[in-house]
Amino acid sequence: MATTAAPAALTAASPPRRRARSYLHRSYPLWYYLPAAVLFLVFFVVPTFASFFFSLTRWSLFDWEFIGLKNYAQFLSEPQMIGSLRNTVVYAFLTSGAKVVLGMALGLLLTSQIRARGLLRSMVFFPVLVSTIGVGIMFTTMMHPTEGLINSALSIVGIEGPKWLANPQLALISVALVDIWKGVGLATVIYMAGITAIPVEYYEAAKVDGSSAASSFWHITLPLARPATFTVITLSLIGGLRSFDLIWAMTKGGPGFASDVLASVVYKQYQAGFYGLSTAGNVVMFIVVMAIVLPLNYFMRKAEVEQ
Amino acid sequence: MFMNRRSFLGASAAAASVIAITGCSRGGGGGGGVTFLIDNDPSAVAGAEALTEAFNSSQEEYTFSVDTRPGGTEGDNLVKTRLSTQDMPDVFVYNSGSLFQAIRPTQNLTDLSDQPWVSRLQESFVPAVSAEDKVYGAPYGGASAGGIMYHRPTYEKLGLEIPRTWDDFIANCQAAHAEGVTGIIQSFGDTWTSQLLVLGDFHNVAANNPDFAEQYTAHQIGFATDPNALRGFEHTAEVCSSDFINEDYVSATYQQAIGYVAAGEGAHYPILSSAVAEIAASTPDLVEDLGFFAIPGEDAAKNGLTIWLPSGMYVPAFAENPDAALAFIEFVTSQEGLDILAAEAPPTGPYMVTDVDLPAEVPTATKDLQVYFDTEGATTPALEFLSPIKGPNLENILIELGTGSIDAKTAAQNYDKDVEKQAQQLGLEGW
Repeated sequence: MATTAAPAALTAASPPRRRARSYLHRSYPLWYYLPAAVLFLVFFVVPTFASFFFSLTRWSLFDWEFIGLKNYAQFLSEPQMIGSLRNTVVYAFLTSGAKVVLGMALGLLLTSQIRARGLLRSMVFFPVLVSTIGVGIMFTTMMHPTEGLINSALSIVGIEGPKWLANPQLALISVALVDIWKGVGLATVIYMAGITAIPVEYYEAAKVDGSSAASSFWHITLPLARPATFTVITLSLIGGLRSFDLIWAMTKGGPGFASDVLASVVYKQYQAGFYGLSTAGNVVMFIVVMAIVLPLNYFMRKAEVEQ
Repeated sequence: MFMNRRSFLGASAAAASVIAITGCSRGGGGGGGVTFLIDNDPSAVAGAEALTEAFNSSQEEYTFSVDTRPGGTEGDNLVKTRLSTQDMPDVFVYNSGSLFQAIRPTQNLTDLSDQPWVSRLQESFVPAVSAEDKVYGAPYGGASAGGIMYHRPTYEKLGLEIPRTWDDFIANCQAAHAEGVTGIIQSFGDTWTSQLLVLGDFHNVAANNPDFAEQYTAHQIGFATDPNALRGFEHTAEVCSSDFINEDYVSATYQQAIGYVAAGEGAHYPILSSAVAEIAASTPDLVEDLGFFAIPGEDAAKNGLTIWLPSGMYVPAFAENPDAALAFIEFVTSQEGLDILAAEAPPTGPYMVTDVDLPAEVPTATKDLQVYFDTEGATTPALEFLSPIKGPNLENILIELGTGSIDAKTAAQNYDKDVEKQAQQLGLEGW
């Protein structure tokens, strides 16, 4: 390395050189960033900019042709585009909302003094640990209209279960239910942490003033668990907006296009070999997620500070 | 030295892992070892292994081994990636027709026009593996057909005749339904199976307009604008809204569906004839209960069969052992090679080399198909072998149609829009 001889030469150097030396000296710890920076550059920065570039081309893997914004026009005029956008928003808000409500309810239950609390806590959290694809395949089998466990169980008590995944009107909701089942454990844990952090004194003081359990919940638990709520909303909303694995494992966007979301539409373009178009779709998805999450985050931070 | 030994080791480890992740060694391998890549369908793998084994023992110079890849769109992407990174084994099997055009044959494959077997090829196969008047592929196995697989004992019991028009076909479905047998099976659980009533109807489209494929490629005609082409969409809507379709048609899978017909629970199933080979492998004692006929059209006199040409065997332009690859291909197109393949999976259509006949013992359904092949003008290759354009979303558009979300005309219009992307990607004129 050229730097080996540098210290000797630098000691006898003129002022500008000394400045250079001190700069080198000061920047010395920065070199430790280098390995991480190289990895970040190679695996994140370069692909990100490459994808912005390829989204402006018609790309067949063998060659590419610059076509400006045509991919964006094409992607936004896809017949399935509007449906998938609506599905994405419905899916994200449905799963996120349910996780907040159920997570809060389970969090309250599991922080209260009940029997077998440890066991129940583990049971609620277990689905989080299972692989999403595994959950998807398992529920696809269980939701089979005639031979599935769910409808077989329902038929014993005389109810004819719906065609969960085979009914175009119901498919997205069915997948969302599974997503909620799988994700509520994480929301519960966040709420449990939030609720446990609320000082007991508040409840005691309220009790002395004659507050009912419901009123304590509305006026103490709910406002003071707000940071937990915000965390749950942000995590589950981002997760819902870019959800792909569960939907792909269960319906592949079907029947037809009934449960297609942005991510699955993008993936289908890639599958079909429209690489430029699919990259443009990814950029669109990035913008949609940002457009929803950034204002929400800003609003929630502000609310947190005001509190 | 700011980079001491430890950080150097760390950096080289990082570099090594980068290479391990991104870099791939070239396929094929030097010396006498040559790789033959095929899709991972069990019967395809069994056939490929039997072939390589026989070829290895027939000569001493090269040793072939089989490598597998996924089928479907995943396989499409894998083939394109391996070709563009020059990481493709020396011989590989891939679809002929529109998918073959999408891997840029002129750029990526070795021209095989001067090979001895080229003169033995069936005329109809040549365009499906040619680009710019050069032949790039050899046929792998026999052709198959798209049509209606039916349950013969049900036909005998009810005294039904093979329908030549769509109305007769519907009448047969209703007759079966009246006897408690499901009239027609659909299996949207495996999405690709939804396309047969449209793709398999192409002979009837071409019988009315022999220039359809040409006009279609030139963007002069579409499925929504040609009443004959639209009929496949109308048929799909008709059977899916009928009362004689299987109740679980949205969730049933291909395997379940062929099981329904083989067991006589369903009378008809529009599918590829390779389903017969599937039954022959899984439940051989039921295979003689199956028959096969072409999808009926409007006009009984013009009715005929839509055929699917076999996949091609290709040699990448950058092959390491082109001589070995060419010798292997010649072996696979010979009588000996095709007999070995037939022993693993019974062929469901004729071979694409003129001087090799089918084995004497084939399933009855294959004999049903042979009648069409032997009749002048009774077969047409599917549209995907005559035109480079095939939209990726047809199967899901048809499911959308079949579940009643849209009507036939809208479905055809959506499909016409869907193919635009493919045509633009290929850089065709007029799109």
